[in-house]
Amino acid sequence: MTLAELAKGESRTVLSVRGESLVTRRLMEMGVIPGVAVRMVKSAPFGDPLEINVRGYSLALRRNEAESVELEQVATNE
Amino acid sequence: MNENGNKSHLTIALAGNPNAGKTTLFNSLTGLNQKVANYPGVTVERKEGIWDLGDRTATLIDLPGLYSLDATSLDEQIARDVITGKVENIPPPDVIVSVVDATNLERNLYLTTQLFEYGIPVVVALTMIDVFEKRKHEIDIAKLSASLGVPVIAVNSKAERGKRELAEKVNALAGTASKIPHESNGGAPNGENALIFARYNFISKAVQDSVKHNDKIEHRVSEKIDRVLTHKVFGLAILVLILLTVFQAIFSWATLPMDLLDKGFGALGDAVRASLPPGILADLLVDGIIAGVGGVLVFLPQILLLFLFISILEDTGYLARAAFLLDKLMSRVGLHGKAFLPLMSSFACAIPGIMATRTIENKRDRFATILIAPFMSCSARLPVYTLMIGAFFAGQTVFGFISLGAILMLAMYTLGITVALIVAFILKRTLLKAPPPPFIMELPPYRMPSIRTVFQNMLTRAWLFVKRAGTVILAISIILWALMYFPRSSQPGSSGQSSVASGQQAGSSVNEQQTTNNEPLPEGEQLRNSFAGRLGHAIEPVIRPLGFDWKIGVALIASFAAREVLVSTLSIIYNVGKGENEESETLISAIRDAKDDSGRTVWTPLTALTLMVFFVLAMQCMSTVAIVRRETNSWSWTLFMVGYMTGIAYLASFLTYQGGRMLGFQ
Repeated sequence: MTLAELAKGESRTVLSVRGESLVTRRLMEMGVIPGVAVRMVKSAPFGDPLEINVRGYSLALRRNEAESVELEQVATNE
Repeated sequence: MNENGNKSHLTIALAGNPNAGKTTLFNSLTGLNQKVANYPGVTVERKEGIWDLGDRTATLIDLPGLYSLDATSLDEQIARDVITGKVENIPPPDVIVSVVDATNLERNLYLTTQLFEYGIPVVVALTMIDVFEKRKHEIDIAKLSASLGVPVIAVNSKAERGKRELAEKVNALAGTASKIPHESNGGAPNGENALIFARYNFISKAVQDSVKHNDKIEHRVSEKIDRVLTHKVFGLAILVLILLTVFQAIFSWATLPMDLLDKGFGALGDAVRASLPPGILADLLVDGIIAGVGGVLVFLPQILLLFLFISILEDTGYLARAAFLLDKLMSRVGLHGKAFLPLMSSFACAIPGIMATRTIENKRDRFATILIAPFMSCSARLPVYTLMIGAFFAGQTVFGFISLGAILMLAMYTLGITVALIVAFILKRTLLKAPPPPFIMELPPYRMPSIRTVFQNMLTRAWLFVKRAGTVILAISIILWALMYFPRSSQPGSSGQSSVASGQQAGSSVNEQQTTNNEPLPEGEQLRNSFAGRLGHAIEPVIRPLGFDWKIGVALIASFAAREVLVSTLSIIYNVGKGENEESETLISAIRDAKDDSGRTVWTPLTALTLMVFFVLAMQCMSTVAIVRRETNSWSWTLFMVGYMTGIAYLASFLTYQGGRMLGFQ
């Protein structure tokens, strides 16, 4: 399951961030790396972009960018 | 030269994430000892100030806000150049102060771990510590400092907390070798992603050891506010409401100071005219310089207000939400949500707008935004709209209560936006073809804006405008005046006499009134034979289909230097060319009464509308051309922009005028 599919309000741990693109690198620099918990806050009015909470701050990213973030199968409790 | 550690003057770089409280700390450390300039060749703001360290002083360099030093954006490139001592006139820093937001510790420390890798001593200044403690989190600063291997000092700019300690630490560290290679990247295997991973692991460990988060009381105030402000339905409605309020406020609040400025320049012109002997010098000063520059500076109140609002929206954190709300729409035409801010700024002036595009990392996305930014109706167009509406549509209403002027104004803004989006759509599929740019952006917590930062931002941006009035527009006013003043018409004396006559009329700036006493000068004889008049005649066949005569042609040519020059040029044209009668003391009535060579009325509501359409779309601004040249570093893109915009403007005006006539308008 990828970050793009995470339901609103749900939290999971990042398993991997795929790819070597600029997008991947930017995501990782912003703290989205394997082992960190992410929570889906909401999606914007037209369904895109998404707002997630990672390391205690709010990060906005597009759905297709969130697809490169693979999550663990089990939901984590916050 | 003393040894490094005993230097009497240090260079300190201030680095930190956007929204980490860097500007506030910078202001608190340097007080009013600041200067703002640009880095050579680019428009990244270079801010430095003098920081008193006690027994010595330091030049404090405020680096642009950064998330990382990987040099993927211009800001990051510049920051890296400063740190490595590659920027002219800036010695490599002796110490780097890394500003870290305590409420967002891990992400903020990422940049700090990168700074470790340059071999320069680093001191961490921990900001927002009051907010952090209010949330009942606990932090062991000594432990954090030990884990990171560098001094960590909690600062609170408002309460002056930590300022002295920070100075002491910086003083002590200057000249020492930093303990690099640091284990912060853990000797990671090669590969950029592995390096990022290692840095974050180092950070997580340091934070785990020293910070106890209070999980029970998680405030998340910003998320709660966002339940309304980025709500699926209300969010967009509120955005529209905010923009409407801003524009409404700009128009209504600015009226009084603008009137006062207008009267002030009028009085200044009268005073100068009265105190100087009549002749070329008085004409140049009053009709050329004061009328030209004054006519533009009158718009300063509107510009100050717009920048005030943009600065407030920026500083509170709302602008990032606006980008979040609008990204889907923007990406549909191939633009980044971040393009929203440059485009929004362009409503004030395309220059700061185009400068703001440097936050967009991808070159193609950035160019697409630059190329459409001048379509946003900037404040320089306002005088043109206001004049046309004032002359031909004032006092009319639709449905009895909505003013026609407001609707036309809105229509002009909408026309600019619509054309911009269409052009962006086409550009991103042809010349600037590229996948949609990434949108990875922090939504910073909502904060009360700092009054000082807001005013500083407002004044810096407004200063650009004033500088333009003092340079470009001043020069154009003089050139234009000269083009209209020379060569002098063949009836020597008549002009001089009328000036003498007006000189005797103490305090009156309406100087041509007496012309009728002389042998009547054919209307506009001077202007017609002047260089400007000849130019206007030369282009008349081209602009005829738009309903413009040669006098408007003169004003059009002049306004390619700067749009607002249209107003001053028309004032000059109708002063120089036509004896004003007692009734027509204002430009508005002069325009209404203007007759062309065959005695027909020049201006009709349709002409006015056509002119407005032309001004929405044409690239008429020397300063913008110059800034686009500098930002794109390419003459071909710059000329392309001038060409295609003016082409579209001509076409749209042609359709407006001819279409209007077909529909039976005059």
